[in-house]
Amino acid sequence: MATMKFLCDTKRCIECNGCVTACKNENASALEWGIQRRRVVTINDGKPGEASISVACMHCSDAPCMAVCPANCFYRTEDGIVLHNKSTCIGCGYCLYACPFGAPQFPKNGAFGARGTMDKCTFCAGGPEEDHSEAELKMYGANRIAEGKLPMCAELCSTKALLAGDAEVISAIYSERVAYRGAKTQLGSKPQYHF
Amino acid sequence: MKLTRKSESAVTVEKKTLGISRRQFMKHAGIATGGIAAASLMGTGMMRRAEAADVPYDAPIEIKRTICSACAVGCGLYAEVQNGVWTGQEPAFDHPFNAGGHCAKGAALREHGHGEKRVKYPMKLVNGKWKRISWETAFNEVGDKMMQIREESGPDSVYFMGSAKFSNEGCYMYRKLAAMWGTNNVDHSARICHSTTVAGVANTWGYGAQTNSFNDIQNAHAIFFIGANPAEAHPVSMQHILLAKERNNAKIIVVDPRFTRTAAHADLHCDIRPGTDIPFIYGMLWHIFQNGWEDKTFIDQRVFGMDEIREEVSRWTPTEVENVTGVKEEIVYQAAKLMADNRPGTVVWCMGGTQHHVGNANTRAYCILQLALGNMGVSGGGTNIFRGHDNVQGATDLGLLFDNLPGYYGLTSAAWQHWTNVWELDMEWMKSRFDHGTYLGRTPMTTPGIPCSRWFDGVLEEKNKLAQKDNIRLAFFWGQSINTGVRSRDQRDALDKMETVVVVDPFPTIAAVLGNRKDGVYILPAATQFETQGSISNSGRSVQWREQVIQPLFESKTDLEIMYRLSQKLGFAEQYTKRLAIDKATDTLVIEDITREINRGMWTIGLTGQSPERIKQHTMNWGSFNNKTLLAEGGPCEGENYGLPWPCWGTPEQKHPGTQILYNTSKEVKDGGGNFRARYGVEYQGVNILAEGSFSKGSELQDGYPEFTDKMLKQLGWWDELTAEEKASAEGKNWKTDLSGGIVRVAVKHGCTPFGNAKARCIVWTFPDKLPIHREPLYTSRRDLVSKYPTYPDMQIHRLPTLYKSIQDKDVTGQFPLIATSGRLVEYEGGGEESRSNPWLAELQQEMFIEINPADAADRGIANGDTVWVHGPEGGKIKIQAMVTPRVNKGVTWMPYHFAGVMEGESLAPKYLKVLCLM
Repeated sequence: MATMKFLCDTKRCIECNGCVTACKNENASALEWGIQRRRVVTINDGKPGEASISVACMHCSDAPCMAVCPANCFYRTEDGIVLHNKSTCIGCGYCLYACPFGAPQFPKNGAFGARGTMDKCTFCAGGPEEDHSEAELKMYGANRIAEGKLPMCAELCSTKALLAGDAEVISAIYSERVAYRGAKTQLGSKPQYHF
Repeated sequence: MKLTRKSESAVTVEKKTLGISRRQFMKHAGIATGGIAAASLMGTGMMRRAEAADVPYDAPIEIKRTICSACAVGCGLYAEVQNGVWTGQEPAFDHPFNAGGHCAKGAALREHGHGEKRVKYPMKLVNGKWKRISWETAFNEVGDKMMQIREESGPDSVYFMGSAKFSNEGCYMYRKLAAMWGTNNVDHSARICHSTTVAGVANTWGYGAQTNSFNDIQNAHAIFFIGANPAEAHPVSMQHILLAKERNNAKIIVVDPRFTRTAAHADLHCDIRPGTDIPFIYGMLWHIFQNGWEDKTFIDQRVFGMDEIREEVSRWTPTEVENVTGVKEEIVYQAAKLMADNRPGTVVWCMGGTQHHVGNANTRAYCILQLALGNMGVSGGGTNIFRGHDNVQGATDLGLLFDNLPGYYGLTSAAWQHWTNVWELDMEWMKSRFDHGTYLGRTPMTTPGIPCSRWFDGVLEEKNKLAQKDNIRLAFFWGQSINTGVRSRDQRDALDKMETVVVVDPFPTIAAVLGNRKDGVYILPAATQFETQGSISNSGRSVQWREQVIQPLFESKTDLEIMYRLSQKLGFAEQYTKRLAIDKATDTLVIEDITREINRGMWTIGLTGQSPERIKQHTMNWGSFNNKTLLAEGGPCEGENYGLPWPCWGTPEQKHPGTQILYNTSKEVKDGGGNFRARYGVEYQGVNILAEGSFSKGSELQDGYPEFTDKMLKQLGWWDELTAEEKASAEGKNWKTDLSGGIVRVAVKHGCTPFGNAKARCIVWTFPDKLPIHREPLYTSRRDLVSKYPTYPDMQIHRLPTLYKSIQDKDVTGQFPLIATSGRLVEYEGGGEESRSNPWLAELQQEMFIEINPADAADRGIANGDTVWVHGPEGGKIKIQAMVTPRVNKGVTWMPYHFAGVMEGESLAPKYLKVLCLM
């Protein structure tokens, strides 16, 4: 069995938001306006040292959301994907406090933003409902994993910064890049010319 | 430009500024408002197309190959269609340009096929109300009005604004429509993006196009961006750029007043003062010449006029360069040294370089830098001039321009004769379509029309100052967002003054709502490019074929059908389609026949070998092309370059593989090699301007030579290699006008380039400035430099008076101390009519804003997120949000140019809603 992971190569991320709309495109049936399961976060915006990283649920091996959920709505698939059951979710928001990545999203219903049930990245693996059923499509969106495909965000990434798949495979791809870069400049060193 | 706070009171509450990124800033601004906007458009009883959710998961899937319609990278994708609905989009990992990758726009492309905000029927504004009309009524009324105007004011009083969103076939037929109507008042948005490039670059070495390809940047060792921000404007190109950085340790240099997202990945960022590109390049050349880093052999063999440049450069000492550009000597030196040490290097530029009053001189300066370094005609080098729209290269090639016929033939009598021959028409008939009066010494048929950038001057200018009979009285706005142009007030007044405004577009564009008129506006629903088929050319000149993904939505018609119907109504359909097959059942044009007619006439650039069959074969086999070399290593296209980039010499049967890298002497012409074009004669002031000792591999003429003509073939003794049929066609013709292609065939057979073999030239003796000369921007903030580097005198250009000196003479810096610059956001494209209509993109960028340096903001008491008025010296003003960021330097501001829908603070939303409510 694979262990599914995301990895964002910050040397390649250009903050183009392709991953964000790819997610929207693939999971449109489950997402409403204003909800993005994936975001691109930029540090040092507009200054030397600016860097971006695409963030969504990291499908942690020891997931804090799962640990704190009072309704016990989380579960892990045999591929290591962390999913949750919207039918048992009570929308309390504990998972949002627990998550180091801010992955859980809460649809804002009405003017006062009353919380609905939690929504987050499913690694394009749907939910507990029957694969490709109308219920799964409406509540969770696409189920690419059941089709033998990987998450749309990574598949459509413009510069191949965002990688998704079996941890061993993506780590091999990333190591190769690091080797290329390391062979030329020392890792972690500052650019040669910088003003 | 001037910035003022909107509210009276000064800021007291401290708002979070630093540490907040643009995304967070925008998000915080817009979620609630955006939600309302989205909800309100879904009125009851609204006509709605089936969406993905309406289609069962297991409905049979049809896969279509299509190309993204945003920028000119040309990313391919697989569209999944079920029950006629575009339900899915899958990455084309095997596509040579993008390997499955997309930016925000490409990844949201499927929504294009749903179109909640689409125009659904033909409509007409009557007494302030939009009324649904039939297509027949629309053609009749618009056609009758055109005929009435023609009668009273002549054909030049109708304006044909076209689009880089058309397919090649659409562009070609639109230019032909204007030609047969009898006017050169036809243009598109290339005028405001790379027209200065085409003029500058074609006058340097022959063609104005990108010389290499996106993929070839993988071979570069240095990448020099000036006025280009591909991380936002051409995101997928970064795939190739970052590979070069990763694998070759390629050095990235970004010259831009703003610290762009591309600069974030650079080794060196040079923040020049806006409008000082030429001094910066000369500053680099100063170090290059000083240290002997120039490629002397290359210059001797292939470059003309470098000595004059050298002389001009000697005046640009490091001190003067720093004074004018604001960049320190050390940085300019590093830029020069990085380019000298890391060859081959490529130069990339976009609107940051072209949109200046010295735009074409800027582009020539960039070319001169590459000529000095010997970086031309080599893999990993070249000038990779990234085009903006998905088919702006094609639209330009196909003459959707006010100063050209297809193929850059110009507007001379000979050019008209050539195209009349292609169309098999009588020259007298062609002439009879035009106004033959003389206005300000010019005759309309051979005088460029009114440009896209100034159509409103054609409406508003006094008649006696126009070089045509009368003002523009009716205009088509066909796939163009006029908010990308300047002087909105004048645009609004012009929309109000014209008798009829005809918007042809998938969306109700700003031209339909900006004016205050109550009558005389038509909106005709055009199909998107995914609802039709046709070829398009990407920035690297590769041609691809878009398969039709879905049927036209609602009552939309394809561009080609609308054009054809107009020609029928206007009475010249017979001539318009003389050589084209018509599908009898639907009375529409057979698109492949149009492609073949294009092949028949486009000798100048070698868009002759790309038959519809060959283009489709490439697209259907895109997986067989290598992602680095763009060559097919096997399969049906073996040995060919993806998309047969022009010149693809000769007829389709000759199977030329296309030319990925222009002017490349290391290959034979038949394999895509070449040399600089002999376009400006053979000598200048008695000095030879043909190449010396340099020629493409395998050439039988082992030195420079002029362009091929029938006489030259005879002199060389190659005439008898033509067939009898070719001889008949070639007699009295040259490589550009011989429709048989015989002259081209024989030249290529002997290893020669049909357009001759000359030097590139650093000086253009037919331009106002023979060599690139620095001239201070019209609204410069450095008044002290105006006397030393003044602009041009005011002059009449083609049909319109054009102001330079009279603008620069007025010092407005006291009132307008800030410099306004503009650019792109990754989520939107062009004027944004299409991309802003896509909710997946719109939710990411909801507010128009201005970037302003913290120091300038503090001086004005402006906090991040404040609403501000931005005033321009010509009287225009906009109310937008302030984003306080060090991304721009003190004294400089930046705004995106995609937004519309608010005019001087007043929302036009009610007007849009009036249009949309009818739907």
